[in-house]
Amino acid sequence: MSEPMPLFEVFVRSKRGLEHRHVGSLRAQDAEMAMQYAREIYTRRQEGVSLWVVRSGDIVASQEEDAAAFFDPADDKPYRQATYYDLPEGVKNL
Amino acid sequence: MAEIQVDVQARRFQERIDAEVRIEPKDWMPDAYRKTLIRQISQHAHSEIIGMQPEGGWITRAPSLRRKLILLSKVQDEGGHGLYLYSAAETLGASRASMIDALHSGRAKYSSIFNYPALTWADIGAIGWLVDSAAIVNQVPLQRCSFGPYARAMVRICKEESFHQRQGYEIMYTLATGSADQKAMAQDALNRWWWPSLMMFGPSDADSAHSSQSMAWKIKRFSNDELRQKFIDQAVPQADILGLEVPDTELAWDEQTQHYRYGAIDWDEFNRVVRGDGPCNRQRLAEHKRVHEAGAWVREAVVAYDRKHQDQSDV
Ligand SMILES: [Fe+2]
Ligand SMILES: [Fe+2]
Repeated sequence: MSEPMPLFEVFVRSKRGLEHRHVGSLRAQDAEMAMQYAREIYTRRQEGVSLWVVRSGDIVASQEEDAAAFFDPADDKPYRQATYYDLPEGVKNL
Repeated sequence: MAEIQVDVQARRFQERIDAEVRIEPKDWMPDAYRKTLIRQISQHAHSEIIGMQPEGGWITRAPSLRRKLILLSKVQDEGGHGLYLYSAAETLGASRASMIDALHSGRAKYSSIFNYPALTWADIGAIGWLVDSAAIVNQVPLQRCSFGPYARAMVRICKEESFHQRQGYEIMYTLATGSADQKAMAQDALNRWWWPSLMMFGPSDADSAHSSQSMAWKIKRFSNDELRQKFIDQAVPQADILGLEVPDTELAWDEQTQHYRYGAIDWDEFNRVVRGDGPCNRQRLAEHKRVHEAGAWVREAVVAYDRKHQDQSDV
């Protein structure tokens, strides 16, 4: 076996109403098999009500070294947090 | 045969809802539930986007750099809220273009509050304080709405709203504790925004067309009047702390019910604004159309760029 099978990322919705969360990855020859394997590997204990499998190669990801460019601009904007504002004494429900 | 099938599905659907189980986009759902949600979510999205206009007009006129940065961030958030909501509506099969078209043709509405003008800087305070507070009172129960994508969008939105409300209250407090002129300006803004804010919760329960079915579907959890009361009970003590007067001579605390009693809402005005004859209806819609058309070249460029890259990878 020279070519490894493609890698898939697995997402599980643990409960209706919650979002799917990434739980791990696996290798499979195609999406259908990835679904079968995911069921065997990641949901043996009723961990979920819904599964997503996505080819890892189809995920576009930011890189750790680019983190500054992506996320630092939020650092100097504390006014986006509610705690930034001083409230007069006694005011409620704000 | 097919009818029996639908009956069984309909029963199972309602049982799920009764058991507080969320509905997800690929689940079977009655057509009317889908339509109701598309209408509500898309109109909610339109409100966020149209709501950027009255505040957006003050970004270049904010009284300090600090206020300008805050307002810019807030208006940017509202644009984000619109996008979360359009995406949630799209999971139900509604296309973005059809939703925009419904807005432009007048088939879809948006919150009537945004048809009032923001005349002074104090209006930016009153909008953040009152309009965002009212939006929060409306949106908190929607975090438990039966449709998963809408409920999850609301969780994100509610988290972001709390700074909106506080920055508005801070503006009001600064003006109300400033010079006599500044205080008068804050009072004037409160006078103009109070009643339209109460109208944000929609017609009174006796006249509300969509309520009971939406309640049964757990899209709506509280009636319009219940939500309005909650808002009033919260806002009146906040106005007291500002030292401003709520423009309602009948407003009084009722010991027995532990709620504020309030005067009659001018529903004629509400209906007029909903029908299209508020102070800014035409202007708001015309501006949305103008920007949408002016941005057409961007949408075309994106498609052209994508096509070019596909052609290259085909080679
Ligand atoms: Fe919003
Ligand atoms: Fe807001």
